[in-house]
This record gives sequence, C-alpha cells and structure tokens, in this order.
Amino acid sequence: MSSNAADFSPRSLGHIKERLIEFLLFVAALSVVATTIAIVVILVYESLGFFEHVSVWDFLTDTQWTPLFYNPRYGILPLVSGTLVTAAVGVLVAIPLGTIIAIYLSEFAPHRVREIIKPLLELLGGVPSVVYGYFALLLVTPLLQTIYPGLPGFNMLSAGIVIGISVIPYVSSLSEDAMRAVPRQIREGSYAMGATRLQTALTVVTPAAASGIVAAYILSISLAIGQTMIVAIAAGTQPNLTWNPLEGAATISAYIVQVSGGDLPHGSLGYQSIFAAGLVLLLMTLFLNIIGHYLRRRYREVY
Amino acid sequence: MATEATQLREIRALIAAHKRWDHVFGIVGLLAMLVGVVTLLALILDMFIDGYQRLTPEFFVSFPSRHAAQAGILSAWVGSALVMLVTMFAAVPLGIAAGIYLEEYAPRNWITELIEINVTNLAAVPSIVYGLLALGLFVYMLDLGSSIVTAGLTLALFILPVVIIATREAVRAIPGAMREAAYALGATKWQTTRDHVLPYSTGGIMTGVIIGLAQAVGETAPLITIGALTFIAFLPQAPLQAEAPYISFQWLFDPFTVMPIQMFNWVSRPQAAFLENAAAAGVVLMIMTLAMNALAIYIRYRYRKRIKW
Repeated sequence: MSSNAADFSPRSLGHIKERLIEFLLFVAALSVVATTIAIVVILVYESLGFFEHVSVWDFLTDTQWTPLFYNPRYGILPLVSGTLVTAAVGVLVAIPLGTIIAIYLSEFAPHRVREIIKPLLELLGGVPSVVYGYFALLLVTPLLQTIYPGLPGFNMLSAGIVIGISVIPYVSSLSEDAMRAVPRQIREGSYAMGATRLQTALTVVTPAAASGIVAAYILSISLAIGQTMIVAIAAGTQPNLTWNPLEGAATISAYIVQVSGGDLPHGSLGYQSIFAAGLVLLLMTLFLNIIGHYLRRRYREVY
Repeated sequence: MATEATQLREIRALIAAHKRWDHVFGIVGLLAMLVGVVTLLALILDMFIDGYQRLTPEFFVSFPSRHAAQAGILSAWVGSALVMLVTMFAAVPLGIAAGIYLEEYAPRNWITELIEINVTNLAAVPSIVYGLLALGLFVYMLDLGSSIVTAGLTLALFILPVVIIATREAVRAIPGAMREAAYALGATKWQTTRDHVLPYSTGGIMTGVIIGLAQAVGETAPLITIGALTFIAFLPQAPLQAEAPYISFQWLFDPFTVMPIQMFNWVSRPQAAFLENAAAAGVVLMIMTLAMNALAIYIRYRYRKRIKW
C-alpha cells in the first residue's frame, strides 16, 4: 500500500524519498537471501575442487578419514558417526528435560516461578560454547569417570551431555511458546470434563501443540549437530568410526576447527576438504530445517 | 443408598489418585528446572574456584605468554571489543532495516516468502558454516585477510537473523491503531515508521540486539576458521593518532585474537597452569555475556511494564 500523501502529489520529492527508503529497506532484507546464496556457492565451489581429486563414492563409503597422513584417505563416515553420536546423546538429554520444563512452565508453574525461571534458562542459553567445553572436559568427564573408571579423558558421552544442557533452553522456550498458543477454551473444556492439570497437559495441550513442539525438537537436533567448541574440546580430535559414546571421536565441525587452526595453504586439498566436510554438515542441517519449516507452517494453520 | 455412598467414595479416591500425579509432576518439573539452574551455578562456581587466583589486575593488562603465570588477556579483550564494534555497526542497521521491511512494507508475494524462509533457515545454520563462508568470501575473494573487519562481518552475518527476528516481533507488537492515527494526520509511511513504530519498539529491538551481541562475543568456531591467531603479543593500531589525519582505520585490517579463542587455546594445553588461565578467562567471558544477557532481560522487563496500550 502506498501512502496517502503520495496520492496527492505523485511526482513530488517526498514521494521519491518514500520509494527510495522502501527500496533501501528491501535491499537490506535481500541481504539475507544473498548470504544463503553465498554460503551455498562458496561451499559447492570449493567442494567441487575437492571432488576433482577424491571421488564422491570414496568420500561417502571409505571408513578412514586421514587427510593429514602421507597417504591420505577421505572417507567422511567416521566424522559423520562422531557427529551423530554426540548429537544423539545431546538430544536424549535436551528433549526430555526441555519438554518437562516446557509443560511445567506452561501449565503448572505459578506466575512468580515462571518470572524467575525463564530468565535463568535464558542465561543458560547465553553461556559461550567454549565455556561449556571447559565444563565438559574438566567437570563432567571427571564426574563420569568416578562412575565409570575406564572412561577416556576425551569422550563423546560427556560432550553430548553438555551439548544437551546447552540446548535445553531452546527446546523448553519454543515448546512452551507452542503450548501457550493453544487457546484457553480448549483447556477449560478439558477441565470441565473433570480432567486434572496433568491429564489436560498431556492429552489435550501437548497434542494440540504437537507440530510446534516437534519443530522445537528439530531445531534442537540441528543445533546439536552443528555444535562445535564443546566437541572440539571434550570429545577429542581423532576420527573414529564408532557408535559407542564412551569412546572419543572427532565430529565434522571439530575437524574443521582443528584443521583451520593450523596453517592450511589456500587451494590445497586439505583446505578444500574442510569445505566438503562443511557442505555435508550444511546438508544435514538443511534437511532438518526443511522438515521444521513444513511443520511450523502446518502449526500456524491450526488456529 | 449405600451403593451410592461407596460409588462416591470410589470417585473421590480416583480424583485423589489423579491429583497425586499432578503433585508428582510438579516435583518432576521443579527437578528438571533444577538441572538447568544447578548446572549454571556449578559451571560458574567451578570456573571461579579454578581461576580466581589469576584474576589480578595484571591479568587484564598482560599479553599472552609462554609462561602461564605471566600470561594475560589484554590482546584478547581488546580484540573482542573491536570485533564487537564492527559487528554492531554492520548487523544493527542491516537487521533493523530488514525487519522493518518484512513487517511494515513487504507485500505478500513469493519474494517476501523467500526472504522469510531464508531468515528462519539462516538462524539454524551452524556457526562454523559462517566461518567457512567468511574464509572463502572475505579472507580470499575480497582479500580482507584474517583481520578484525573480517571477524566483525562474519559475526554480523551470524547474528543478523537474531536481530531481524527481534525487530519483527517488537514491531508486530505495536497496535495498528498507532499507525492509523499517524496516517490520519497525514504522515507518510516512512514518517510513521520513523516517528512512531521505531521509537515504540526500541525496547524489543534493543533486547534482541544485545542478545545477538552476547552470542557473538562468545562465538569461537567461525573465528578460528577464518584464521584468528591464538598468540598475539601486540595491540591493533590505535584509532586515534598523534599526527594528521589523527584518525586511523588501520586497526580494521590488523590481526587479532578474541576472548573465547584465547580461552580455547589455554584449555587445549596439557599444563595445569594454563588451565587456571583458561578458567580465569572463562570467568571474565561469562561475566561479559551474562551481564549483556541480564541487561537485555532487564530492558525487556522495563519496557513491558511501562508500555500499556
């Protein structure tokens, strides 16, 4: 809609100014699209250079990732397994705790408790990941070692648990938003039928908010997959094709950090390998984002 | 009559049993939240106990060193401050402009939809991917090198979705009647936005900006990717010079390190003495981010209380 003033004097200076400002704001918004395009172009371009030397088949099926050896092998599987195991541990911590907190805050907590707990959870979400890494390596791992003495100093379990804790605030706040969006009448209908608070929360509110909650879960998975510093510090930097969280293993992001921390000549195969690894990471999170987007759209249409 | 009484008793027992589960869940919920709160406290306490001995004034004015006892965070906190400055100048105008466009101007069409999808998508892209983007684009294509300006722009792109989303939410919360009133008095769209929509949404926007900057100040991975150094024993060139033209922008292109990278470097060393340094740097970093987050929460609380439509 154009402004009313414009209708009186379409060619006036003011009108041109209005259009110019609208155009500038539009360009600012387009920068977001440009960023996405730039990410895809850069990753694909550098990866293409990488795949000139390493076949896609080897990349996807080889079980060894030894890019810095004399006879390098580039199989992404060990890094993918490390990424999936740490993310899985993280999600197993974050989803149950985050969901319980969300249900409690949305359906049970008195106003006072919510006013105190919500900011505290936000602070938990604001802790820098490198600090979480320190916490995983120097507090959680020694604690776990008292329970399970054979645990190595670098292990995916401790990194995964701490990833989970770092993701809890996202799960709880997004799930709570979804639950609070459920209209009050639906709850009251349930209470009128004689249901208790817990019955209402579990059998009426949670299903009604399901797509929003699942979208929160999906975001938490993609955050856990992309988490870098916690794993780089606490899970070790040795690529290791294993599904056992008690072992140490590098993840895709930890590899990128480890290699770019050293001096990589621009254009070398090692340099290109971090872009190929990054592309795999991007595709994994992109896939999850698409599912999340679809679910959010459905959820918006419910009421 | 007797059967009715027993039935009533049974129903009451049933209700009591169900209500018991309510109480059980109330306790479970509190415990789940305690996990989060206790972790936060344990984390702060643990780091403080490990590192408080190193928190001397010298720690803040010394460069990193091979000797743990003499090492400090001077180049790291100066680097963090300068990088944040660049990030702020890039992300804040761009993010607010984009948010205002999407909320106030954007027509309902496929371009708008594309922009919106990109905002939500970028918010979930791992930070390390921004580092790879910056390595390919800023460091090599635009030849900015591993400099403060590269780092600032990288983090600006990273927090852009946060600023945009916060701006949109703040602007959306302003009732339509406010705009209608301005239009009725003959204001143009931009005048309405500038004089009414923006001032009323300042609180929400500021909250989002501060939360975004707090994220950026703790972000490590993308800056390692672009080649930030871990051992910097000098400061970037001062922006104010004694000789003409007095103002220098050379610092934008100087190499740098930041707080989280300095901490990462110390955590990665095997010697216990450096772990103490890491803990001390962690305490400083935590205080920085927690203070920013607390400020954001406070601003939001204040504005929410003050504004009643």
